[in-house]
Amino acid sequence: MSVPVPPEVPVPDTDDLICARCDVPLRMGKVQASYMGQTFPVELPVCPSCGFVYVSEDLAAGRMLKVEQALEDK
Amino acid sequence: MDSDRVRKLEARCIEEQPPACMATCPLHVDMRAILEKVKKGDFSGAFALYARMVPFPGIVGHICDHPCEATCRRQEAGGAIRIAAVERALVEESYATLRRTAQRQSKPKRVAVVGAGLAGLTAAFDLAMKGHRITVLEADAHPLERLYHDYDEDILPRSVIAAEIGALQTLGVEIRVRSRVAGGPGPLGLDTLIDDFDAVLLALGPGVARNFSSTVRLTDNGRIDIDPNSRATSHPKVFGGGFHGALGEVYSPIGSIRDGRRAAGSIDRFLQGASLTAKRDDADGEASCLYVNTAAQEAVPPVEPVDTAAGYTLEEAKAEAARCFPCHCQECVKACVFLAHYKTYPKRAVREIHNNLSIIMGNRKANRMIDSCSLCGLCETVCPTDLAMGDVCLEARREMVDSGHMPASHHDFALRDMEDSRSARAAFARHEPGRERSARVFFPGCQLTASAPGHVERVYAHLRDRLEGGVGLMVDCCGAPAHWSGRTALHTEVVDHLRQTWKEMGEPEIVTACATCLTMLRTHLSEAPVRSLWPLLAEIGWPEGTDARAAGKTLAIHDPCTGRHEREVHVAVRDLAARLGASVREISSAELTTCCGFGGLVSFANPDVANATVDARAAERPEDYLTYCAMCRDNFARRGKRSAHLLDLAFPPEDGADPAARPDPGFSGRRDNRARLKIRLLRNLWGEDMSDPESVWNVHIPDDVRADMERKLILVDEVTAVIADAETTGRKLKDRKTGHLIATLRSGPVTTWVEYENTETGALVHKAYGHRMNVEAKS
Ligand code: SF4
Ligand code: SF4
Ligand SMILES: [Zn+2]
Repeated sequence: MSVPVPPEVPVPDTDDLICARCDVPLRMGKVQASYMGQTFPVELPVCPSCGFVYVSEDLAAGRMLKVEQALEDK
Repeated sequence: MDSDRVRKLEARCIEEQPPACMATCPLHVDMRAILEKVKKGDFSGAFALYARMVPFPGIVGHICDHPCEATCRRQEAGGAIRIAAVERALVEESYATLRRTAQRQSKPKRVAVVGAGLAGLTAAFDLAMKGHRITVLEADAHPLERLYHDYDEDILPRSVIAAEIGALQTLGVEIRVRSRVAGGPGPLGLDTLIDDFDAVLLALGPGVARNFSSTVRLTDNGRIDIDPNSRATSHPKVFGGGFHGALGEVYSPIGSIRDGRRAAGSIDRFLQGASLTAKRDDADGEASCLYVNTAAQEAVPPVEPVDTAAGYTLEEAKAEAARCFPCHCQECVKACVFLAHYKTYPKRAVREIHNNLSIIMGNRKANRMIDSCSLCGLCETVCPTDLAMGDVCLEARREMVDSGHMPASHHDFALRDMEDSRSARAAFARHEPGRERSARVFFPGCQLTASAPGHVERVYAHLRDRLEGGVGLMVDCCGAPAHWSGRTALHTEVVDHLRQTWKEMGEPEIVTACATCLTMLRTHLSEAPVRSLWPLLAEIGWPEGTDARAAGKTLAIHDPCTGRHEREVHVAVRDLAARLGASVREISSAELTTCCGFGGLVSFANPDVANATVDARAAERPEDYLTYCAMCRDNFARRGKRSAHLLDLAFPPEDGADPAARPDPGFSGRRDNRARLKIRLLRNLWGEDMSDPESVWNVHIPDDVRADMERKLILVDEVTAVIADAETTGRKLKDRKTGHLIATLRSGPVTTWVEYENTETGALVHKAYGHRMNVEAKS
């Protein structure tokens, strides 16, 4: 099986988001995305303190969905 | 699906069979394609197709004896297409555009053709196009002498003959007239030709050929003995072509051309040392078995040319070409939104599906197509050879599941919904209150309980009231989603459980309200007696006081696709509607009904196809629709088509609300309805109390957000769980600008996100979405 191209994640405007529990703004950080046994590194907004990862709807319904479907059709 | 079975399936679909005209044409000219171009006014395109098959288009376009017209299917609807007349107009318009270039042979062979009739010159043409060097020897003063005698100038202008001969000479064919070939040795003797050339064609025309008897075998009546298919003679280097005036043979110009073409084909094979017979595709075509629904075509008479002698003008030719249907089967494609959506037909689809299943590495591009068939059985009902695409797609789904290649997202939601309907939240079975045994058991199915639970209660009360012997109740799912999704093991598990329950109930007769349950149980729980609710209701009648409840209403009836062959049910339902006072119109015949989009779980795997299917059905009649399947009703309602269930007519809402305007409850509403029905029935009829798991979280979801969640297959329960988790753990984000909270929770294979805000009366949901991929910060 060929290794799928990791999703190119569009950077959401994270400036307005803060982690409610830690009270700190999100920052871009390294994240593991995995589906159907495949894992690839992506950069997403993360709470630097507790690691809460934010996935925007644009991402979920756009690139992420495409990759999910591509993996399902392998 | 092994390749043998695939080949058999493919062979069942006759869509790729040649149309009658092409099958009958001795040269298999693709007249259907040519007429399509003529129709559009593309004469040069049409002529190019014509000249690709026809060696002398100028001549043939004027004198072809057109055997094709005798079989043209248009004759069943107004008269055969005047194919020859269209050809003449085409050729007169476009002959000047004819350009031909011969192939280059590195080692061209030399072939002698004896006789410059149509057969001999066709062979000369074909072999010259292959790059061979041809010498034609003609006894008469002109090539094609016969045409001068047989046709007047106004039928076949001499300039046309001259142009064709000129074109042949341009290809390098040498024509020697006044060269009579004799038998035996000598300068123009056959034996000398055999020595000097690589092959010889005797295209002699009618008459005896005794003088060649020392070299080739003759028939009893003195003609050269020629194999009709390969045109071989008893001498390996000598071939025979054309009309020989043998017994029973009728002269046909196009037939002579075919003979010459066959001989050329054999000579070419001989020159390459190949077999004369293996894999030949120029044998006389069998009669076309392409199915054409000519009865559905309006009769249109042929176009008569204004000037009979001059033939069709271009406009007349276009009009005549427009009468060509063109011949296609596509009966299933015309009937099926799914096939039409994929712009395919079964022969091609079967091949694609087979290829998809055979992929070892790479993208399985047909996965979604396979999951977009509603398995509704309409194609095999309309197909002249009963090819069932549904069977093919279901088999493919099973293979995909078994090999681990079924995309999880296609059926995941539907299977979780089935799980819910089979769970203790919704499913149960009881004997009639106060009884120990059941002669019958009412099986309302998971969709009626979800769509209109009140109807289940009323029908069950009515059955208990009218029927002896005890009427039990079995609220459960028939397992259709497991079956449709290709999950054989899961389906077996569901059926085993149903069998177990049925046995524990004392093996009663099962009465189903849903056509799908009826089919599923009959097929998979075949030891149980199963019948449909509707004929039973027709027998016992509606409850008192229901007559004329639908008086004055006119509805068009939609039968569920899973019950398309249940004649008894069709009759009963119409009778029951009439007894309520409703007037019922037909949409199509019940047998030709379509799916509502739910069948085969298409609405989950391919919402576009499902919506197009239900929308197409909804558009067929302007009246409100009458259904007797809860799923059909809700799908029409969801797409904005007013529709009522038969039980909505018998038991209209007490508040006087319009039953045809009842909204689709949606997936969350369906689950709620099922759970509440169980609680209510157990409490009211059996005095059992079930704790009502009311959520402690107050969640408000505006209608537009709810509709969006339906499209995304997100349940209210899932949204509530996300908010509950966020509010208890504090795990959430806050948007400083809007004050909205954003929270998430993974449950099973999906992650759900909710954007909401806390108000005084609870959480107000702004948006929900989900994904299947799992994301985690790297620790
Ligand atoms: S109805 Fe469909 S499957 Fe049947 S022969 Fe025609 S095109 Fe093929
Ligand atoms: S209707 Fe058209 S395609 Fe069919 S047989 Fe006649 S010419 Fe051919
Ligand atoms: Zn945090």
